[in-house]
Amino acid sequence: MNPKEEKVKIITEEFIENDEVADGRRKKTSKVQRQRGKKQTLTTGPEEMVLEKSHLGNQQDPMQEEPETHLVSMPSRQGPRSLPPIPSASRTGFAEFSMRERMREKLQAARSKAESVLLQEIPTPQPRRLRRPSEKESETEFGTESGKEVRRTQPEDDSQSYSRVKFDNSVRKIKSKPQTPPGFPSAEEAYNFFTFNFDPEPEELEEKPKAKNRERSNQEEEGEEEEPPIQEGDEEELLSGKDAEDFLLGLDQTTDDFLEVRPADYESVHVRLQMEEEALFIPSRLTVPTYRKLPENVQPRFLEDEGLYIGARPEVTCTNQNIMENRLLAQDPEKKWFGDDGRVLALPNPIKPYPTRPPVLTAGQSIKEELETLYKKAVKYIHRSQHMIGSGDPPGNFQLDIDIAGLIFTHHPCFSREHVLAAKLAQLYNQYLARQQRNKAKFLTDKLQALRHAVEFGLNPEKPHQSLDTTQKTINEYKSEIWQTRKLRDAEQEKDRTLLKTIIKVWKEMKSLREFQRFTNTPLKLVLRKEKVDQKADEEAFEAEIQAEISELLEEHTEEYEQKMEEYRTSYQHWKAWKKAQRAKKKKKKHAAEEHPDEEIEEPYPEEEPVKPIPPDPPDRPVIEQQVRERAAQSRRKPGEPVLVPELSLAGSMTPNDQCPRVEVLRREDVKRRSVYLKVLFNHKEVSRTVSRQLGADFRVHFGQIFNLQILNWPESLTLQVYETIGLSSTTLLAEVFLPIPETTVVTGRAPIEEVEFSSNQHVTLDHEGVGSGVPFSFEADGSNQLILMTSGKVSHSVAWAIGENGIPLIPPLSQQSIGFRSALKRADAISSVGTSGLADMKKLAKWAAESKLDPNDPNNAPLMQLILIATSGESYVPDFFRLEQLQQEFNFISDEELNRSKRFRLLRLRSQEVPEFRNYKQIPVYDREIMEKVFQDYEKRLRDRNVIETKDNIDAHRAIVAKYLQQVRESVINRFLIAKHHFLLADLIVEEEVPNISILGLSLFKLAEQKRPLRPRRRGRKKVTAQNLSDGDIKVLVNVIRAYDIPVRTPTASKFQKPSRSSRTFREKHPASPSTHSPTHSADYPLGQVSVRPFVEVSFQRTICRTTTAEGPNPSWNEELELPFRAPNGDYSTASLQSVKDDVFINIFDEVMYDITEDDRERESGIHTRIERHWLGCVKIPFSTIYFQARIDGTFKINIPPVLLGYSKERHIVERGFDSGQSLSEGSYITLFITIEPQLVPGESVREKFDSQEDEKLLQATEKFRADCALKFPDRQCLTTVIDLSGKTVFVTRYLRPLNPPQELLNMYPNNAQATAELVARYVSLIPFLPDTISFAGVCDLWSTSDQFLDLLAGDEEEHAVLLCNYFLSLGKKAWLVMGNAIPEGPTAYVLTWEQSYYFLWNPCSGHFYGQFDTFCPLKSVGCLIGTDNVWFNIQPYDSPLRINFDVTKPKLWKPFFSRSLPYPGLPSVQPEELIYQRTDKAAAAELQDRIEKILKEKIMDWRPRHLTRWNRYCTSTLRHFLPLLEKSQGEDVEDDHRAELQKQLGDYRFSGFPLHMPYSEVKPLIEAVYSTGVHNIDVPNVEFALAVYIHPYPKNVLSVWIYVASLIRNR
Amino acid sequence: MAAASPSVFLLMVNGQVESAQFPEYDDLYCKYCFVYGQDWAPTAGLEEGISQITSKSQDVRQALVWNFPIDVTFKSTNPYGWPQIVLSVYGPDVFGNDVVRGYGAVHLPFSPGRHKRTIPMFVPESTSKLQKFTSWFMGRRPEYTDPKVVAQGEGREVTRVRSQGFVTLLFNVVTKDMRKLGYDPGPADTQGVSGPCLP
Repeated sequence: MNPKEEKVKIITEEFIENDEVADGRRKKTSKVQRQRGKKQTLTTGPEEMVLEKSHLGNQQDPMQEEPETHLVSMPSRQGPRSLPPIPSASRTGFAEFSMRERMREKLQAARSKAESVLLQEIPTPQPRRLRRPSEKESETEFGTESGKEVRRTQPEDDSQSYSRVKFDNSVRKIKSKPQTPPGFPSAEEAYNFFTFNFDPEPEELEEKPKAKNRERSNQEEEGEEEEPPIQEGDEEELLSGKDAEDFLLGLDQTTDDFLEVRPADYESVHVRLQMEEEALFIPSRLTVPTYRKLPENVQPRFLEDEGLYIGARPEVTCTNQNIMENRLLAQDPEKKWFGDDGRVLALPNPIKPYPTRPPVLTAGQSIKEELETLYKKAVKYIHRSQHMIGSGDPPGNFQLDIDIAGLIFTHHPCFSREHVLAAKLAQLYNQYLARQQRNKAKFLTDKLQALRHAVEFGLNPEKPHQSLDTTQKTINEYKSEIWQTRKLRDAEQEKDRTLLKTIIKVWKEMKSLREFQRFTNTPLKLVLRKEKVDQKADEEAFEAEIQAEISELLEEHTEEYEQKMEEYRTSYQHWKAWKKAQRAKKKKKKHAAEEHPDEEIEEPYPEEEPVKPIPPDPPDRPVIEQQVRERAAQSRRKPGEPVLVPELSLAGSMTPNDQCPRVEVLRREDVKRRSVYLKVLFNHKEVSRTVSRQLGADFRVHFGQIFNLQILNWPESLTLQVYETIGLSSTTLLAEVFLPIPETTVVTGRAPIEEVEFSSNQHVTLDHEGVGSGVPFSFEADGSNQLILMTSGKVSHSVAWAIGENGIPLIPPLSQQSIGFRSALKRADAISSVGTSGLADMKKLAKWAAESKLDPNDPNNAPLMQLILIATSGESYVPDFFRLEQLQQEFNFISDEELNRSKRFRLLRLRSQEVPEFRNYKQIPVYDREIMEKVFQDYEKRLRDRNVIETKDNIDAHRAIVAKYLQQVRESVINRFLIAKHHFLLADLIVEEEVPNISILGLSLFKLAEQKRPLRPRRRGRKKVTAQNLSDGDIKVLVNVIRAYDIPVRTPTASKFQKPSRSSRTFREKHPASPSTHSPTHSADYPLGQVSVRPFVEVSFQRTICRTTTAEGPNPSWNEELELPFRAPNGDYSTASLQSVKDDVFINIFDEVMYDITEDDRERESGIHTRIERHWLGCVKIPFSTIYFQARIDGTFKINIPPVLLGYSKERHIVERGFDSGQSLSEGSYITLFITIEPQLVPGESVREKFDSQEDEKLLQATEKFRADCALKFPDRQCLTTVIDLSGKTVFVTRYLRPLNPPQELLNMYPNNAQATAELVARYVSLIPFLPDTISFAGVCDLWSTSDQFLDLLAGDEEEHAVLLCNYFLSLGKKAWLVMGNAIPEGPTAYVLTWEQSYYFLWNPCSGHFYGQFDTFCPLKSVGCLIGTDNVWFNIQPYDSPLRINFDVTKPKLWKPFFSRSLPYPGLPSVQPEELIYQRTDKAAAAELQDRIEKILKEKIMDWRPRHLTRWNRYCTSTLRHFLPLLEKSQGEDVEDDHRAELQKQLGDYRFSGFPLHMPYSEVKPLIEAVYSTGVHNIDVPNVEFALAVYIHPYPKNVLSVWIYVASLIRNR
Repeated sequence: MAAASPSVFLLMVNGQVESAQFPEYDDLYCKYCFVYGQDWAPTAGLEEGISQITSKSQDVRQALVWNFPIDVTFKSTNPYGWPQIVLSVYGPDVFGNDVVRGYGAVHLPFSPGRHKRTIPMFVPESTSKLQKFTSWFMGRRPEYTDPKVVAQGEGREVTRVRSQGFVTLLFNVVTKDMRKLGYDPGPADTQGVSGPCLP
C-alpha cells in the first residue's frame, strides 16, 4: 500500500474514531505495544486479531481493520509526547507485515504450541493477580478517580487512558536513563515513582525493570499473549541503544528470526475482572463537584440570579442526574453538555402543571353514564340581542365551564327540629370559624399594643431631632387611633363572646331536644375544648390590660378635663370680663343674684350673656376603673377562665331507624324519596341539567359535574334551577339561583368554588317529624315561640371560562373594536390580569406591564412584550396571519409560473395525477423542446369539451346529452375506482394458502400417496400473466375457426331471369382443384340440384384482418387458427385499461365467388383470367372484453345473417317454427369457434369496496350468508342477491323487478296477438344499444340502473335489458323471472325466463331472440339463479344447463329460496318508478339523422376506395329506400322472396349483391364499422356501382332502429 | 453526435449478488429483478436473474456465497423512479418444498463508484398461528404476489413481516450525461469499498 495514502487515511480515521469510547482506544494503543512485541516474537498477531475482534465486537473485516488500527495509534503517540515522527519505512513495515501475517496465519496453530512450551518457564500471571487489589487500594487511598479524570480532560488527547500515560512514561524512562543498570531505579525513576501517580503497579518497587515491561504487557488485552522476559532483555537493549523512533524498525527486521511455542493462556478470574473493569465503565452515583463540570478557573454563573428567565427544569432524580453527569464527564471532556451554572443543560419542562382536560369521571358516576351519547339535532342558534359576535371576529367556539359541586339545604321541609337546630348550629359555627380565621379581635389588640408602644416611644425624649410639634401631633393622632381601635376591639370581643355563647346555647338546646325525643338525627357534635391558661399570668395580663386601659382612659379623661378646664377658664374669663362690664354698668345692682338670673338670662340672650361656665369634674379614677372592669367582664374572658374553643364534628352517631318513633322513620323515608337536580339555564334556555341525586340524610347533595357550555355569544344570564322530585311524582321547582357571569380573568382552574344561597317561598306541611317549610313550628311543647322557616340552601359552584388548546381563554370578545390586536392578544395569558376591557387601551396595558415588572425573557410573555413594543413604538401593524411553511419560498426551486409553463413539469404532474391520457406515458423527455405540443391536445380538448355538448358529431342532441352524462358518470366512477385501487388488502399483496378444512386436508393426504408422475397427465391450466410487464405485440388473440353449419348457398334464381353473360359465369365450385376445366355454363342447374357456396372466414380485429382458406359447401370445416395481434390503448396494459378495450372481434363469413372474365374464348386455352369476388354472408361479433373476462370462448355461435341476402338462400328450410312448439329451432347458420388470448391474462377483479346501503342490516347479513352458502356448494354458479345502483349503493336485487308498462304504441300494434306483442316488446328492448358495464366502468363491478335510467341513458348491458324486458313481461301478465347464468359468447349474463302455457322460454334481452327450454342452440349454457319480484332462488340441482333442469321454483329441493319461512319476505318496495313515461320520438329529427348517416356512410365508402371511382346508383338507392320500411315492419322476416322479385324487376340488367343491415342506434361509429366489416367496398370491378340506403325507424323514447341497405351493382352487358 | 445535448442519461450497473447470511437456512438461491419508474428503460443487460443454489460454507462464517453477476444498463430522462433491485431468496424447507426465505430491495447507488450494500431480508408472516402451522406443514408459506411489491410503499401497511437474514450486494456504478442534464449525483466516491472480501 502506498504510505502516503495511508497517512491520509490515518487522519481521517482519527476523526472518525474520536468518539469511540476510551477503552477502545486503550486497546489500540496497547496494540502498538503488542505490535512491537510481535516484531520480535512473531507470535501474537493473528490471535490477537481474533481476540480484538471479539472484544470490540467489531464487524469490520479483520483484514481491513488491521492496517488502520496500527496506524491510528501512531499520531496519537506523536501528539502529546512530541516524539520524533516515525519514519514511513516503519509504516511500510507494518503494511508488509500485515500481508505477510495473513499468509502465515495457517502456521499459527503450530507456533502457539511452541510458544506454550516456552511460556511454561515464565511466571507471568503473578503480577496480574497482584494488580487488582493494588488498584483498588490506590483508588481508595490516592483518589485515582479524580486523577484519571484530570488526565482525561487534557485537551490534546480526548480519550486518553492512563495505560498509555504509563507506557509513554516507561518509554521515556527507558530513553532518558539508558545507563541505569537493570534492577535498580534511577534517581529520576524513583522521583517519578513517588511523585507521579501511576495508579496500579506497586510491584514496580520490587522488580523495576521487569515491571516496566510487565506493565506494558498488562495493558495488552490483559496479556493473553505474554511477552517472554527473554525477549525483554533484547528489547531493553534495543531501546537503550536506539531512539524510540526507530526501535520499531529494528524490531521489524528481527521478526522472522523467532519462533515461540507457548501453552494456551489461562485467564484467571481476577484478570477477567480486571479486564472487565477496563472495558466497562460504571458511572459513579456521587455528586460531581461543580469545578469538574466547568472549564478551569471559571466560576459557576447563575443566569437566574442575573435576572434572565430560566424555565423550570424537568424533574430528574438526583442519582440519575449524577450518573449522567459522571458519564458525560467520562465521555466528553469538552463539557459541552454542561451549562454555565455547572448543571447539565436542560430545556424547560414541557409538561403543563395542570391538566387541560377536566377529569371526566367523578366518584359515584359509572362510566356508562358518562359514555352515553345523546343525539341532539343541531340547531343553529341565532341570538337576537346586541351581543352578537361581529363578522370580523372569528366565529369561534367559546366555552364556559360551569362546575356544580353540590347543594346544601340550610332549611328543608323535611328538616326535623333537630335539623333546624343543627343547621343553626352549623351556621353559627361557620360564622365562628370565619371570625376565628379573620381574628379581628386579635388583630385589633395587636394594633392597640403597637399604638401604645408608639405613643410611649413618642413621649420618650429619645428622639431629639424630632420637633416637639410633630411629635405632639402624631401622638395625638395615635391616641385618637388608640381610642378608635379600642372601641372596635371591644365590640369585636363582645361579638365573639356572644357568638360563643349562642353556639353553646344552641348546642344545649339541641342536646335537650335529643334527650327529649330520644333519638339523634344528625351526626353533629359540639365539643368545647378548654384551653388551660396560666391563672396567674393571665390575671396579670388581664390586670395589666385593665390598668393600661384605665390609665389610658384616665389620661384621656384628664386630657378631656384639662381641655374642658381650659375651656372653662377661658369662658370663665370671658364671663368675668363680661360680668365686670355689667357690673360697671349696673353698679352692683344685680350683683346679689349672680347665679340664678344668668341662667335665666342665658336663654333669651345667648350671645350677649355668656353662661357662666361650670367647672368640669376632674376625672375620677375609681369610676373609670369601675367602668372598665364592667366592660371587660362583659366582653372579655375572665382572667383564669379557660379559653373555650368549640369544635363541631360530624362524629356523632345517628339513631338507627328501628329505634326511632314512627314519625321520625316516616320522615327519614320521605327524605330518601326525594331527589334533587339542577338545571343550567343559559340566556334563559336550558342547556343542560345535572343528574338527579337522592337527598342525603344530611340534606347535602353532591353533584360534582362540570358543564362545558360551548357558546357563541356573550352570556346574558346564567341561572341554576333547583328541582326536587318526590318519589316518582312530579318535580317541583324549588328555587332559581342566578350565577354571576365570571370576569374575563376567571379561567378554568383558577375559579374558586363559591356558594350561592337560595331560598324558596313554598309552603309545605308534612305529616311526620319534618317541620315543613313556610309554616310555623315551635320547639316548645306548648307551641309558643313559633318559628317560620323557608326552604333555603346553598349551591356551591364555580363558573369560569375555559382555556383553549393553546392556552387562549375561550372568551367571546366584549367589543368589536380593535380586532386587529385581539388575535395577538389572545395568545397572551397575561392579558387576563388586565381584563378584557383594558385591552383596547394600549397605554394602560403598557403601564400594567411596566408595573407588574414582566420578565421580558419569559417566553410566556413574548407576545405581550412584542405587543407593548409595537404599541409604544407607535407602529400598529401586527400580522394577523400565521404562515405554516414560512421557508417554502426558499425551497421552491422554480417559481409557480415557470412550473406551469414548462411542458415537462406539466407532463410529469399530469402523469402523477393519473390522468388517463398520460398515466402510462413513458420516458418523458428531458427538454421542453422535445415535447410535442400535440401531446396535450387531446387532453385539452377533453377538458374543453367537458361542458360543451356538441351535436355536429353526427349525433342527435339527446344522445349527445346522454353521452355526456355517461361520460361524467364514468369519470366519477373511475375516480372512485382509482382511489379504491390504492387500497390494498392482504390478499392483494400476499399469497397465502387458505387454512384447509378436513376434506381438503384429507384430499391432500390422499395426494401424498398419489403417483408423482401419473401415466395420464391431467391438463394443466395455462399460467396466467398479470398484465404489467407486457408491451405491444406480447398479446395475441387466437381465433380457432372450426366449422360452420347451414351457410346460405347461392341461389340460381338470379340467373333464371336473365341469361348469364359469359363474363359473369361462375365457376363450378365442385371442381376447385381444376379451375381450368370448362364447366361454368350451368350455373342455373347444379348437378344434383345442389347449389354450392365457397365460404371462408375473415376475422378482423383492430383493423387487422386474417382469413382462413376457402372451404366448400354449406357445412364447411376449416379447423384453422388465426392469430391477431392485440394492441392496448395508449400502450397501457394495466388491468383497468384492458378492461376498457371496446374493440370487437368481427368474424365475417364470405362466399368466394370466382368469375371468369376471360374476354376471348380463345384465350381460355392458354390462360385463366378470373376475378374473385367475395360476398358477405354474415358475421359474428364478439367484444374483446368478453374474451378478456372469459379467457376463452368455445362454442357454436349463431351467425348474424342479414334478413335479406340477395342471391343466397338457406339450403333447406326448416319447417315453420311455431311459437308454441318450444322445440329446438334452428333456422340460423352457426359457426363453431374457439377464441382465446395468448398469454392468458388475469382479468381484473371487481372492486371489493363495501358500498353503503340503505337496506336493512339484517337483510345484508342474510345475503352475505346466502351467498356464502351458495358459493360453498356451487362455486361456479352465479348467485346474485344484491347489486349496486348508479349512485353506488347496495340494493337488494328484487327491488328492480316490478311490472312496467311497455310503450302503448307497441301494444297497439298487435292488440290480439300476445305472442307478437311479446316479440315486439323484446325487439324494442333489444334495440336499446348495448354497452357493457365493464367497459364503461372499467374494473368496477356491475352497476345496475333502473329501467327509467336505462331508457334515459339508452345504454346498458345484459342486466338492464333483462330487467326491462322482464318488467314488460310482468306487465303483460306473464310469469317472468330474471335468469342469471352463463351464455356464449357473453359469459355471465342475464336472460329472461317466461312461462307460456306449458313451456318455458328463455329470452335473450339483447338480441330479442327467444329460445325454448330445450333448444340446443340456446346460447344460455348454465343457470345460476332465478330472480322474481319477491324472491331469489338459487339453483341447487346437479346440473345447470337449461336443457336439464327443472324451472319449477316451488320445489325447495331444486331451488334454494332466499326468503323462506325462516326469513319471510319483508315486502321490499321497488326502486323502479311507478310507470314509465314515453315521449314520442321526433320523426323529423330521425329523418334528419337518417340523411346524415347516409351521407356519412357514402363518404366513408368512397374513402375506403381511394384508388377507385365510386359511382352511386341513384335509382337503386331509391328502390332500396322503399324496401327498408317494409323490412322494419316485418322485422326482417319472410320478405326475401318478394323482395328479390321486386328487385329483379326493377334492376333487371344488373348483377346485384347486397344486404340490409339492422342495428340499434347509439352512435355512428358502430354503423361505419359494421358496413366496413361487410367488405362491400372491396369490389374493384371497374364498372361497379353502389347503392346505399338508410332508414331509421323511431320508437318511443328515442329508441331508433337503423337499417342500412348496401349493395353493389354490376351491370350485365 | 448527440454528445452536445444528450436527451437521456445512462446508468450502468454491474456488480454481483455476493453472499448472504441466513443463519438458519441452507441451500438457497436468489432471484433478482429491477423495479424502475416510467421514465426508465433498460437498454442492455439482464433485467432478471436467478442464481445457482449455494450451500453454506463449512467455516465459522457460514456464508452463502453466490457471486452472481449483475450487469444492466438503464437509460432515463428523469431520476424519479430510480431503479431498485429486488431480491428474493428461496430455499427448501424441512419437507423439501421450495419456500421463500427473504425479500429485500435497495435502490441502485446514485453516485458512480463502487458500492457495497447489505440488505436485510424479510418474509411476510402468516395471518394466524393456525395458518402458520399449516403453511409450514404444507410448505406453502405466504409469499408476495409479486416480489416487486417490496420496492413500493403502497399497500404495505396490510402486511406483517419478519426479518430473516442479510444479502450483500456489490455495485459498480457508472453514469453518463447526468451532469449534462443537470443532475448532480454528488462527489464521486473516492473512498469506495476496499478490496474484495475474504474468500
